Amino acid sequence: MIKNIKYIISILAVAVLVSPAFGLSDAYKNNIYNPGELKPVDSVLKVKVGEPAPDFTLPAISGEKISLSQFKGKKNVVLSFVPAAWTPVCSDQWPGYNLARSFFEENDTILLGITVDNIPTLYAWTNQMGKLWFPVLSDFWPHGGVAGNYGVLRTEGVTERALFVIDKEGILRYANVADINKRPELGALVTELKKLKGK
Amino acid sequence: MTRRKILWPNLFNDDILERKCICGNFYKEVYIMQKALIGFIVAFSFLILSFPSFGQNAPPPEGGILPKISLPVPGAEGYRKYLGLNGGSTFLIPQIKAKVVLIEIFSMYCPHCQKDAPVVNDLYSRIMSDSNLKDKLKLIGIGVGNSDFEIDFFRKQYGIKFPLFSDGDFSIHGILGEVRTPYFIAIKIGKNGTHKVVYSKLGGVGDPDEFLKKVKGFSGF
Repeated sequence: MIKNIKYIISILAVAVLVSPAFGLSDAYKNNIYNPGELKPVDSVLKVKVGEPAPDFTLPAISGEKISLSQFKGKKNVVLSFVPAAWTPVCSDQWPGYNLARSFFEENDTILLGITVDNIPTLYAWTNQMGKLWFPVLSDFWPHGGVAGNYGVLRTEGVTERALFVIDKEGILRYANVADINKRPELGALVTELKKLKGK
Repeated sequence: MTRRKILWPNLFNDDILERKCICGNFYKEVYIMQKALIGFIVAFSFLILSFPSFGQNAPPPEGGILPKISLPVPGAEGYRKYLGLNGGSTFLIPQIKAKVVLIEIFSMYCPHCQKDAPVVNDLYSRIMSDSNLKDKLKLIGIGVGNSDFEIDFFRKQYGIKFPLFSDGDFSIHGILGEVRTPYFIAIKIGKNGTHKVVYSKLGGVGDPDEFLKKVKGFSGF
């Protein structure tokens, strides 16, 4: 019995002490749902660096449809998949990229933010972030179709926290599937963007 | 030992427990103890689920003291001079040469912190242009979950002149009760290194005039 009790108390202690850390902005007040600590990665990547990135067309919150191929020969593209609207880490990641616009522009790059949430949800959520300079796309239907093609759709139906850098030729140059519980560090992405210069 | 092993059933198997209780008072006591422990565990779980902050640190209360936060001594001479630090690799906030230290807990990723950054700069300028205030009231920022690169970017983006420190692994954020951002804490430093938290609130500066009046009020300036 004592062994059982020790076991249960240990589980409870871990539940209390190992909560994911995030610096939540007051911009969202109490409207953020905390899913707790999740399995860091729960999918298998289907794309390879050095190969063409799969094309897609998705609706944006602006009302237009955006295709990856429309940037071919014109802009480098960063795809930022984040797991879900109204969750802690995701709600901070894009406001950071919003501030970091100059890093993208200096390297002739467009950012496309993607989640599997529907358009109304994305509209309400991104409105809390201020005016975003980059398109936000919905991979809601067929659910997670694009995320599935890239191999970043998790078993619970949300995407990984993933970054893909695609050059003007449409070739995948960088793929980072981060721990879903942590925000990727900006410096690492900027380093990858600088590598695109002159390409 | 063998007997105990057989008679001590699975913790949650009430059916077996009840059958064993007829064997005597000893097992009855064990049964009651188990029930009490189960009750405790259920109550504990309820508390955790209902109040996620249970078990974590709380934000520093006004009237209390600041938890021990060790920061790296800045490499830039201007910052060292501003903070009155002579050497060493780390320092504690109450070691800053000032009567009151105002600490902004922020994040480069926080929309309100971004919006508030020019206002905090304005506040800093007002402090520095007041000869009665500039040596008494010092301002620092701690970027929670921000790397050195992110802090440096935030500094350059808004032209921030006061020292900013990174808290990349959220360790300081944890010590400070995982406050939302922006959050301001002010400590009043007494003689012989003692200090007291005189302000601890969620929210930005808002109106710099009003905020400065408030700071002067709780600082006794």
